[in-house]
Amino acid sequence: MEKHYTDSKVKGVSTGTTILAAIFDGGVVIGSDSRASIGGEYVSSKTINKVIQVHDRIFCCMAGSLADAQAVIKSAKSHLSFHSVQMESPPLVIAAASVLKELCYKNKDELQAGFLTAGWDSKKGPQVYVVSLGGMLISQQVTIGGSGSTYIYGYVDAKYKPNMTREECLQFATNALALAMGRDNVSGGVAHLVVITEKGVEHVVVPGDKLPRFNDE
Amino acid sequence: MSSIGTGYDLSASTFSPDGRVFQVEYAMKAVENSSTAIGIRCKDGIVFGVEKLVLSKLYEEGSNKRIFNIDKHVGMAVAGLLADARSLAEVAREEASNFRSNYGHDIPLKHLSDRVAMYVHAYTLYSAVRPFGCSFILGSYDKDDGAQLYMVDPSGISYGYWGCAIGKAKQAAKTEIEKLQVRRFYSRQKRKLKLIYIVHDEVKDKAFELELSWVGEVTNGRHEFVPKDIKEEAEKYAKDSLEEEDDSDEDNM
Repeated sequence: MEKHYTDSKVKGVSTGTTILAAIFDGGVVIGSDSRASIGGEYVSSKTINKVIQVHDRIFCCMAGSLADAQAVIKSAKSHLSFHSVQMESPPLVIAAASVLKELCYKNKDELQAGFLTAGWDSKKGPQVYVVSLGGMLISQQVTIGGSGSTYIYGYVDAKYKPNMTREECLQFATNALALAMGRDNVSGGVAHLVVITEKGVEHVVVPGDKLPRFNDE
Repeated sequence: MSSIGTGYDLSASTFSPDGRVFQVEYAMKAVENSSTAIGIRCKDGIVFGVEKLVLSKLYEEGSNKRIFNIDKHVGMAVAGLLADARSLAEVAREEASNFRSNYGHDIPLKHLSDRVAMYVHAYTLYSAVRPFGCSFILGSYDKDDGAQLYMVDPSGISYGYWGCAIGKAKQAAKTEIEKLQVRRFYSRQKRKLKLIYIVHDEVKDKAFELELSWVGEVTNGRHEFVPKDIKEEAEKYAKDSLEEEDDSDEDNM
């Protein structure tokens, strides 16, 4: 029981990161910053990739302890690949999100990992799911996470519209990440974005100097 | 096809010199002794029909159902040893439920059928157990994948079908189904229901109760027993058209 009390203090701290995912007309954009830090003082990596591919058209962003998140994703990836071979068809996005959710929920006492899962499947088209730290699974049109997300809730609420075009959505996502990285000291580096549609997957990397600038920069 | 497998038929873990596992074949005979079950795959759904022979007037109507609900979108019609079939229905239900728990969506029928077939197959490998003495037909409807129908037999094989029959009159039923070219049909057409009557008559058994169920667009993808009024309408149509055929046969004489 004691472990719970100390843990909840630790669990209260979000990761030093900004992640987001948003659905547009015909696809979905998922992205993150690229900074990994220790104790909020030292940047241990400027170019870490937090957007991981778990299947051909399904990507995940990690939140929480990177070690836990990487371990969970590794297990989920292998599980999904086997599932996909058994089904003789690509996995549904909900299946990928459910696999992650089961791992997070069943091991909630040991793990501190949450995910944004975004992808495209032939049954429901583009989808975004959030798997929280304790193992809650919900579907959303647009979602943000990590410590940097607190600074951009207003921006996302005001600027997100359903059925945007691919370009509009990419601009929206880049702006959101740039704003968050501008205010959160533990988010920064480059903006990693992945655009997933029926036709395929495209990686867009926006280096620090090409990020949009706002009026006080 | 039938032959005595003396000496090689005592356990499922023994092959005969000509490469057969007799216990599995005997299990299939148990299915052939049971009354007929039919499944038909139409454009917009599946229809199941089972002939339940009434052995005693004291039987309560509707007891000992031979059509099971496996998940809300999947139904199963069985022939053979009913107790074996019931335990397999439980297995199928658990598989479907675990799949939904793990993956967040309805189990695809092919996958369910493969999993249950694997389970049935496992019982054909060991001498400590006997094979399941039942065959069953699984059917489902989903608006993206359409209607699907699979049959699993005691050897543990599963096949996809447009229309299939198991039990006593399966040969006669299959012939009738082939005549009908069911691919083009819609679930509500009564010709399918007449089919069961044709087959049952040919078997020349006395009283029987008809169990009818369907899943398709008309039920919004849920597997349900056919409502009483539609069933009675179909039964009346079937009986009437059979009488007509009998009459026309007499004219020819």
